[in-house]
Amino acid sequence: METIRIGRIEDFGERDRKVIAHGDVEIGVFRVDGEFYAWHNDCAHRGGPVCQGRLYGRVEEPVAEDGTVGALRYKPGSLNIVCPWHGYEYDIRTGVNQGHPALRLRKAEVQVTNGEVYVVL
Amino acid sequence: MDAKISIPRELPVQEIDVYTDTRDLLAHSRREARRKGFEDWLICDIDAHHVETVSWHEIIEYIEDPVVRDQALMYQKERIGAPPYGLNGDLGLRYQDVGGRIPHQSDRREKVTETDVHRDVTLTRRAMEGFACDYMVVFPTPMLFLGMHPQPEMEVWLGRAYNRWLIDKVLSADDRIKTLAYIPFNTPKEAERTVEEFSDAKGVIGFCVTSTRYKPVHHNDYMRLYAMLQERNMPLAFHAGYHWQDPSLMTVNRFLGMHALGFAWCNIVHMTNWVLNGIPERFPNLKSIWVESGLAWVPFLMQRLDDQFLMRPSEAPQLKRLPSDYMREHCWYTSQPMETTNMKALEVTLEMINAETQLLWASDWPHFDFDVPSVIFDLPFLSEQARRNIMGLNAARIFDLKR
Repeated sequence: METIRIGRIEDFGERDRKVIAHGDVEIGVFRVDGEFYAWHNDCAHRGGPVCQGRLYGRVEEPVAEDGTVGALRYKPGSLNIVCPWHGYEYDIRTGVNQGHPALRLRKAEVQVTNGEVYVVL
Repeated sequence: MDAKISIPRELPVQEIDVYTDTRDLLAHSRREARRKGFEDWLICDIDAHHVETVSWHEIIEYIEDPVVRDQALMYQKERIGAPPYGLNGDLGLRYQDVGGRIPHQSDRREKVTETDVHRDVTLTRRAMEGFACDYMVVFPTPMLFLGMHPQPEMEVWLGRAYNRWLIDKVLSADDRIKTLAYIPFNTPKEAERTVEEFSDAKGVIGFCVTSTRYKPVHHNDYMRLYAMLQERNMPLAFHAGYHWQDPSLMTVNRFLGMHALGFAWCNIVHMTNWVLNGIPERFPNLKSIWVESGLAWVPFLMQRLDDQFLMRPSEAPQLKRLPSDYMREHCWYTSQPMETTNMKALEVTLEMINAETQLLWASDWPHFDFDVPSVIFDLPFLSEQARRNIMGLNAARIFDLKR
């Protein structure tokens, strides 16, 4: 087990990230709604640099009672990290892929101690 | 807290965007190449792209017709913000980047400081480094629509200008960069002239018909063209594309659906005509390559045509064997975008097309559905020799590339 110092809490604004390399391992650490999440920087699809992708809300299409649809919208409170290689989208909080829930990002353990953010490998 | 605390290195690119260097974008592919020892493999990418419209002001200078050339030059000079002179196409219906989620499809504005070669040479070299590939075949991008142009002569002018420009500015600069030269297929005599003129040009290893067009590939007008290609041992590629205005796709409201169908549909139609009219019987040594339609359409079409042919052989009297036999033995396929969600189906597909000899790895870089070489290397059901063939040796064989 190895502990890696990522930075001070105040280094992270809301929705900020740090993508780091330690040996052959790359990890992305994200701050979302005050919480920290860390994922290995390897997309479950083709190993793309998923943590270096853009963040988007999850798109949904509300269906009315009569079965009709109208405008698209971002699901309130949702946030996906999108792999920049091919667009695979994962919930930033759970690492679960939007289209195929069996696909997940590999989690890294985050610890926050005395104002410092660490990842434990 | 553990006493031993490590300080990591921050990656130079925290969030990838349109300014990101190709080498940073493809760093993971390069890493995989090192892990898998690709330096000992011959890797040929048979379908990659550059965006020729970035250089359109240069390309139009190669238009032969002096009047059209002047018109083009004036247009480019005086109409700031206008689409490139003479090009038809989809204008703003370019949603490939999914609203900016896939930036390398949006644009490539990365810094290029090299001045000794054209910018496209540098970008191509960076992609080759990312894929660890030895050869890369480049195709244009917006010009894939040119077969739908209402002026067939414009296809001739622009296609020819593009070929000449590409050879001068890109292919001449690096022996590893190749092309399948653009054929103005809507004008058969000009198509023949293209083959005559460019067969020996540096970097030209075959010819390309952009598949998005309404021309019957079996028409008698094309037989001389095919004979010329066969005689020169030059492969003919049918490079797929989409065409949202095609009546059969006009009810499809999602780019995803249109793109998924369109890239297969045009080649399904051409392949059907190609085989049922006995082109492989008439030109048994002509190598046809079916580019960028993926692979899942091939087993479907093989079964469909075989089934119907056996009930109606009198309508395809040139065939001495099943349509699928011709599709397996006389046709080659590029792999991208390889459908991988059902590995059993993929295994059967590769078996049905005899992938060990007929399949060519392709990246389609920098498009949103590009494939890295590992998509072939990682297939668990292939022998090492089959992987080596698909990733490069098959291409070396049919294009006579130095190994």
